[in-house]
Amino acid sequence: MADQEILRPNGTDELVEAVGQAAARGQRLEVRGGGTKSAIGRPGRDTALLQIQGFDRVIDYDGPELVLTAGASTPLAKIETLLAQNNQMLAFEPFDHGVLFGLPPAATLGGVIAAGVSGSRRLTAGAVRDHFLGLRGVSGRGEAFMGGAKVVKNVTGYDLPKLLANSWGQLAVMTEVTLKVLPRPQTVQTVVLSGLDERQACLIMGQALGSQADVAAAAHLPADINGGLALTALRLEGFEPSVKARVQMVLEQFGATASCDLLPPEASALLWEQVQHVKPLQGEGTLWRINVPPMAGSEVTERLKPYGARCLLDWAGGLVWALLPTTDGGQEVRDVASTLGGHAMLIRAPEALRRSIPTQHPLAPGVAALTQRVKDGFDPAAILDPERFI
Amino acid sequence: MPVPDGAVLSRRGEIVAALRGIVPGEGVISDPASLRAYESDGLTAYRQVPLVVVLPETTAQVSAILRWCNAAGVKVVPRGSGTSLSGGALPLEDGVLLGLSKFNQVLDIDYDSRVAVVQPGVTNLAITRAVEDRGFYYAPDPSSQIACSIGGNVAENSGGVHCLKYGLTTNNVLGVEMVMMDGEVVRLGGQHLDPAGLDLLGIVVGSEGLLGVVTEVTVRILPKPQTARALLLGFETVERAGQCVADVIAAGIIPAGMEMMDRPAIHAAEAFVHAGYPLDVEALLIVELDGPYAECDYLVEQVAKIATANGAVTSRVSTSEDERLAFWAGRKAAFPAVGRISPDYYCMDGTIPRRRLPEVLRRMAALSDHYGLKVANVFHAGDGNLHPLILYDANQPGELERAEDFGADILRLCVEVGGVLTGEHGVGVEKRDLMGTMFTEIDLAHQQRVKCAFDPQLLLNPGKVFPTLHRCAEMGRMHIHHGAVPFPDLPRF
Repeated sequence: MADQEILRPNGTDELVEAVGQAAARGQRLEVRGGGTKSAIGRPGRDTALLQIQGFDRVIDYDGPELVLTAGASTPLAKIETLLAQNNQMLAFEPFDHGVLFGLPPAATLGGVIAAGVSGSRRLTAGAVRDHFLGLRGVSGRGEAFMGGAKVVKNVTGYDLPKLLANSWGQLAVMTEVTLKVLPRPQTVQTVVLSGLDERQACLIMGQALGSQADVAAAAHLPADINGGLALTALRLEGFEPSVKARVQMVLEQFGATASCDLLPPEASALLWEQVQHVKPLQGEGTLWRINVPPMAGSEVTERLKPYGARCLLDWAGGLVWALLPTTDGGQEVRDVASTLGGHAMLIRAPEALRRSIPTQHPLAPGVAALTQRVKDGFDPAAILDPERFI
Repeated sequence: MPVPDGAVLSRRGEIVAALRGIVPGEGVISDPASLRAYESDGLTAYRQVPLVVVLPETTAQVSAILRWCNAAGVKVVPRGSGTSLSGGALPLEDGVLLGLSKFNQVLDIDYDSRVAVVQPGVTNLAITRAVEDRGFYYAPDPSSQIACSIGGNVAENSGGVHCLKYGLTTNNVLGVEMVMMDGEVVRLGGQHLDPAGLDLLGIVVGSEGLLGVVTEVTVRILPKPQTARALLLGFETVERAGQCVADVIAAGIIPAGMEMMDRPAIHAAEAFVHAGYPLDVEALLIVELDGPYAECDYLVEQVAKIATANGAVTSRVSTSEDERLAFWAGRKAAFPAVGRISPDYYCMDGTIPRRRLPEVLRRMAALSDHYGLKVANVFHAGDGNLHPLILYDANQPGELERAEDFGADILRLCVEVGGVLTGEHGVGVEKRDLMGTMFTEIDLAHQQRVKCAFDPQLLLNPGKVFPTLHRCAEMGRMHIHHGAVPFPDLPRF
């Protein structure tokens, strides 16, 4: 909408004022950082745009403390560069949704936290929520508040950072965030197994994670998205002597089952970059992100095949990215995810579909009611984009 | 604690009868002698006999109990094994104590998906026992793991000496079944990884029994590392030990455990278990590495080099499992060891940014002089979690109060240097009144509205965590912005 009102508050006081005014007027707000995820959710909501900018300073970073505090609109890329210079990283492997939507990378730290964006290492290192220690923000009440703390170990009061991660800005507008950071592995190698079907792949990924090889990430690219050759990738990272030993453990464990190759660091990085940004599933259609128990991953691909779905499996099968050629429907995806004990979120889809079905998976009635009551506490006037996922 | 409600006390007979209607047989305890067994948890300075104890066996019974209490306006305190060190399970004179001890079954273990589904009364260690023959374990290991229940761990978000590398309870729980105060049963999380909407599981873990009663827990289990080795490192100053910790992490090493003890703690432990600790050092570090043999060998060498560079005067590497366990024996026995040299001790649990350690220990020594009470320190050095043990004698008039004042000053100091009141023991009743040193009224109101969403009548475990529990109707009010009421046209009631 060309005539959407745009608010650009400068600093926390102006943000408090802007949100407070909006609450008083009943003006709904679309909160935006880098805008890389703007095409997720119901289009055409009646909102003013609240552009978060200027909160882009690294406030405190002390590597050996394993803690980083920065403004919420700090570009993700800037943080990752800073950490890499100090041989550290955000272990949950956040990524920039710009790539998924053909936009230049512009994700902010606050944006990846609010959207709960975790990559392949989430399987073993935990998600955003596991590394999100503290925050300052302005709730829908127009009140500045803080939650959590700036140390890695804390159980004082309710763990509000958990609630704010993956809240998509529907509880509060974050201004400052504190994250746990971890050492970057000295080296990364990937063992790839060729020619497995999805069922075998899930089984093997599960076995690998149950072994002492300390596999960091496990993904499967079925033949139909990888030029006819299915690849199952097991990532090993850490100190050189350890990785060397663990590569041997994996090769011994699976060498007889499938043809195994070892990818050196550069090739390994390239492969995981493909998985991270779901590159094999570019193109027309609708892109779904389906969360299920890991062993159900192959079942998801099996059941969605009749609909022409092409899938990429990450998190040892627990995360299925599915590209469906259709631009309508969607209930079949939801049904498959529900039946298998998980849920499905619509990530990339034409406007018409995003208008006709909710972007987030519907919750069980009791959980939905509880969720609404929690939202009402933070945003009683329901101004923080309440229609985005309805 | 909240003033007991005389009307509820006078209805005791009716309440006991109603509970007997839900839980038959010996599941309702009402005779004074038996009730006394429940009068305190691990924080024994606080005692209160509950109105009545109920020990349900099924989720349906828990639901019926809570629904009845909610309708009758009766408070409920949930309890696992009662090992809380912050008074999280302290009973109320006018409240039902709901014990989960009969929920003691391991329901399902799925090695392919690496999860275990257990009832909340199962002890932390029992989960590991159930899966260890297949080479798995449950990672969080609070010191009380032989006794503490997984339900209590969920309530308190318990940690342990290995949580720098493996996380707290919250990082290892995938899902719960939970009964809310109105009796409704909800499932949060499951065997998948990320939530579909708000991460309600994340807020329930560590909510200290104020949001719901957990009746089933799904946890992640991990393959046991191939081996573990430990180093015992002694330093002439706390500064050098602290720098060694920082340098280990700066070298990219996250040890499985990294513990520090100060001189009084070293001496108490050595006198108790004869672990072979050096007695001429000011700080002792135990650094444990785990993983494949090749990794441990390499990292042990790296850590030893870093220790030497920081002037370690003792540097021993475990060469056998027995030796590794001997290194730990003194640390694990530190609390009882201190208990031997003092009639009573009071254990604190603040976390600080690690770089402030020398300053905090100096100021703690000054406070020790001021209060005339000795203090011994054990310290989860990797994550900055301090456990000062204040030595006192409860039989000396005024010493308990002095110990509590000393403890409160230590926690204020932790907050002042950028840390927190509690790293793993919880707020409970113990640190409730200090919450204002860390949070503003507005911060606390944002937390308490979460409580209101789960338990609007504030009947579940009241008197814990929040210094004052405001009525939820009061909390829900929007503040008036520049004189403008939101939606002035809406009817208000």
